[in-house]
Amino acid sequence: MAVTLTPPRVTHRRPDRHHRGAGRWIVLVLVTAAALAMLVPFAFMLLNAFKSPGDYSTNGPLSWPTEFYTTGLRTYWEQVDFPVKLWNSILISGSVAVLAVVVSLLSAYALGIGRVRGRLWIIGLFLLANMLPQEALIYPLYHFAKEAGLYNTRLAVIIIFTVIQAAFGTYLLASVLGAFPRTLLEAAALDGAGKWRILWRVVLPNIRPTISVLLVFFFIWTWNEFLIPLVMLIDNSTQTVPVALASLQGDRLMDAPTTNAGALLSLLPAILFFLIFQRTLARGITAGADK
Amino acid sequence: MASPDTAARPRASTSPPDPTTGPKRRPSRPDAAYWLYLLPGALLFLLVIGGPLVYTGYLSLTKWSGVGDPTFVGLDNYRNLLTDDVFWTSFKNTVAMIIAMVVVPTLVGLVLAAVLFDTIGRRFRPRTAAALRAAFYLPQVLPVVVAGIVWGWILRPDGALNGLLDAIGLGALSHDWLGDPGTALPVVMAVMIWVQIGYPVVVFMAALERVNPELYEAAEIDGAGWFRRFRAITLAQIRPETFVVGLTCTIAAMKVFGPIYALTRGGPENATNVPSYFAYFTFFKRLNVGYGSAISMVLTLIIVVVAVLFIRAQNRAERRDGAL
Repeated sequence: MAVTLTPPRVTHRRPDRHHRGAGRWIVLVLVTAAALAMLVPFAFMLLNAFKSPGDYSTNGPLSWPTEFYTTGLRTYWEQVDFPVKLWNSILISGSVAVLAVVVSLLSAYALGIGRVRGRLWIIGLFLLANMLPQEALIYPLYHFAKEAGLYNTRLAVIIIFTVIQAAFGTYLLASVLGAFPRTLLEAAALDGAGKWRILWRVVLPNIRPTISVLLVFFFIWTWNEFLIPLVMLIDNSTQTVPVALASLQGDRLMDAPTTNAGALLSLLPAILFFLIFQRTLARGITAGADK
Repeated sequence: MASPDTAARPRASTSPPDPTTGPKRRPSRPDAAYWLYLLPGALLFLLVIGGPLVYTGYLSLTKWSGVGDPTFVGLDNYRNLLTDDVFWTSFKNTVAMIIAMVVVPTLVGLVLAAVLFDTIGRRFRPRTAAALRAAFYLPQVLPVVVAGIVWGWILRPDGALNGLLDAIGLGALSHDWLGDPGTALPVVMAVMIWVQIGYPVVVFMAALERVNPELYEAAEIDGAGWFRRFRAITLAQIRPETFVVGLTCTIAAMKVFGPIYALTRGGPENATNVPSYFAYFTFFKRLNVGYGSAISMVLTLIIVVVAVLFIRAQNRAERRDGAL
């Protein structure tokens, strides 16, 4: 069931292209089957998240639960203190999204509008920074954080991801601001507005859609991050949602229903964001591709 | 993980007159003031990226357990890497990850996006296409570790896959999918295809919206079949996105960590080890910081080289198009 997505072979369409033709129905059926296959793991997870361990061991993973069993969910919720994890993830991702956008905007203002000397090199540097494997940074970050007393604090993770996300944000915004209409800037300057005022009163309002897309991206990317939180956050009071699930999996052998209950709880926020932000994201992707 | 822009490339040709070079207007305004705006970003960058990267480079020349002072050993770590089987295995597995996260998703994604857009979007309602697209994209939304843990359970000896095989009478095929060095890598690759497939589909479909629909209709009226239209219109029109998807996915594949951690921890017998997990393990489990740094530096170097090659190829392709 490893999702075989063999591209549906399309039969040559006959000239009567407007209606009928079994071809299009075959294509629809094949693609729908592939799409459903993508969802099978979620179905398995749902099926087993509400099953008691005894039920699982006697009836296996495919049976319908004999009772609507919610103890697994409650066990996971309490065992990992889920509300704390949720708050940690929200705090970290939210702070990073806002701070990284501010830092990106400031840098991009200098690069895209200020056109400071050597800007292409600087932008290239930020772009490369975004591609670095985090392993190339992790040990010094871990070591310095320990020295600075920031190890196992959410602040350390917030600072690190602010910079990593801002590297991408700067790269993106610098190119957006590079195309910013000069006449708007000049008009504002003639009115006596300084650089600071121009940034917040003229530039920002004009690129608000891009900024909101960046906020959403940064939030979700940070939420899903794993390596750095795994290394930096080691106890129950600081860990994020994904790290909590992974470390519980490592610590003791969780029974299958609890694993599934934990996974279900951990992916609900992600699905929620997806539904909330779907519009922004779709707009962002098209806005990017448009240019 | 998204690739918002194909637009971000240096605007050499379009740059309007640079205000700072116009000496008659405001000779007293140097662009120095703008440097102030770069200051926070630059300082943070040095603190979190520049400094640590240089330090990792230095550590790769030392022997260090993380406590006390590092001992300088020159290129010893790199020499040892060359004869380390695990290191070679991990890079061989990177190739497998590139196949699973770049090659297959891009090819399948191209066809799926074209089918969803050209066939389903136009023959049925666009909403049908959008709903199907969402199904393919869903795995991209989840924290990849959560996906890894669900799959890890499905593939366990008592997990859902074996249960399914039993149920359809293929119980003989039951297997410890992730525990057998022979099947672990292909199975991890399959999971990564599942994770990754939605990304190219979404990006390519967005790219296709840009294409003038009359192009397809005209081609169809001229009698061009689905495959001709796919090759002549779809592929040609969305080449910039193909580059972006190729680049971002290749880099993601070379850096892959979370799914390996959740599924196999590099095992069994290093069958699924990858450089980033190998580095993590060397840093934090074997406490061999110098060696871990050397692995990380090699990985960094390879990623940078691949990225530069990609970007140069893209620029060349664009220039060729421009010349036509």
